[in-house]
Amino acid sequence: MNTNIESVRRPKYINPYFGGVLLGLLLLLTMYITGRGLGASGAVKSAVVTTFDKVAPVHTESSTFYSKFISDSHSPMFNWLVFESLGIFIGGLISGAIFGRLKKIRVEHSPKISSKTRLWAAGIGGILFGIGSQFGRGCSSGAALSGTASFSFGGFLVMMLLFGTGYIVAYFFRKLWI
Amino acid sequence: MGPLIPQGIITGGWDFVIALLLGIAFGFILEASGFSSSRNITGAFYGYNFVVLRVFLTAVLVAMIGLLYFDYFGWIDMDLLYILPTYLTPMIIGAIIMGFGFLIGGFCPGTSYTGIAIGKLDAMVFTGGLFIGIFVFSEAFPLFSDFYYSDNMGNVTITEVLGLSAEVFTMIMVVVGLAAFWVTWLIEKRVRKNINPYKFE
Repeated sequence: MNTNIESVRRPKYINPYFGGVLLGLLLLLTMYITGRGLGASGAVKSAVVTTFDKVAPVHTESSTFYSKFISDSHSPMFNWLVFESLGIFIGGLISGAIFGRLKKIRVEHSPKISSKTRLWAAGIGGILFGIGSQFGRGCSSGAALSGTASFSFGGFLVMMLLFGTGYIVAYFFRKLWI
Repeated sequence: MGPLIPQGIITGGWDFVIALLLGIAFGFILEASGFSSSRNITGAFYGYNFVVLRVFLTAVLVAMIGLLYFDYFGWIDMDLLYILPTYLTPMIIGAIIMGFGFLIGGFCPGTSYTGIAIGKLDAMVFTGGLFIGIFVFSEAFPLFSDFYYSDNMGNVTITEVLGLSAEVFTMIMVVVGLAAFWVTWLIEKRVRKNINPYKFE
């Protein structure tokens, strides 16, 4: 029984400090090769720009925000962060397959809430994260992680405030998780 | 000498191959560390699982120290390293909005991609939300474009703001980091005694 609880508590994840060292070395390698860090939200931005450039090209050209990202020479999908994010997906797939977590489509949620509630929360959280990442000039990867590691003041600020806000508001959203 | 691409040592054609390979390593580490599970991630905010803090802080410290050594050995030209610019007020607001998004959605963009990879519907919905959020932002952009570009401090570093050398700042971060690892280890032990173990899915 005891071992059973342990196995529930400890699935097959790598040691977090080991994971952190690997991630730190990867970040260092990325900065050494490219001169900048890792990112994630930028790929979704490229997808948004591409989609609306296809659907309403006149609109994207006149929009002050979209027009920063479109050029005549290449599609906004032909972008470093898009390929990197595709890599994130593939890397997750490989790890999931190796450690036996690659399973049928499912929803993970606290027993206190329904799958439907979880999905609504996930969607709302995603929308907020999307908006916030634009003002923040990046998300937890591009701004908080890579920014802080390269000593950017803004990156450090985003890291502290993102996690700090999390701790302040955690109480109000506890039912979603515990 | 690094950085290789800005120096022209590796040329344009390899850009996307490198991006894909670095991304694969990134995704692998995130998933293998447990970031494909939103309940793992949010555990740091309720005391039952500090994996996010451990991985994140360790990575920041390793990269910072590594960068200092690379600079010391002359392996990297720090002037060519991209320093994320600081737009003070917009970034404060952005980070607060992301903090809410994090606690409601349980993922951040990178981790949600790995969640999708192993079949989490909630991760797919989160990524869909990101798309909608960025779309809404882009459409409404003219309303707050002045705010978006306000308080521009340029590519300023934390060491310039605090008036500390990079070495001293890194040392402080290491001390704070080690203290955080120890304190959160104590908190986690205590919280786990009083909480029903959750099943990982």
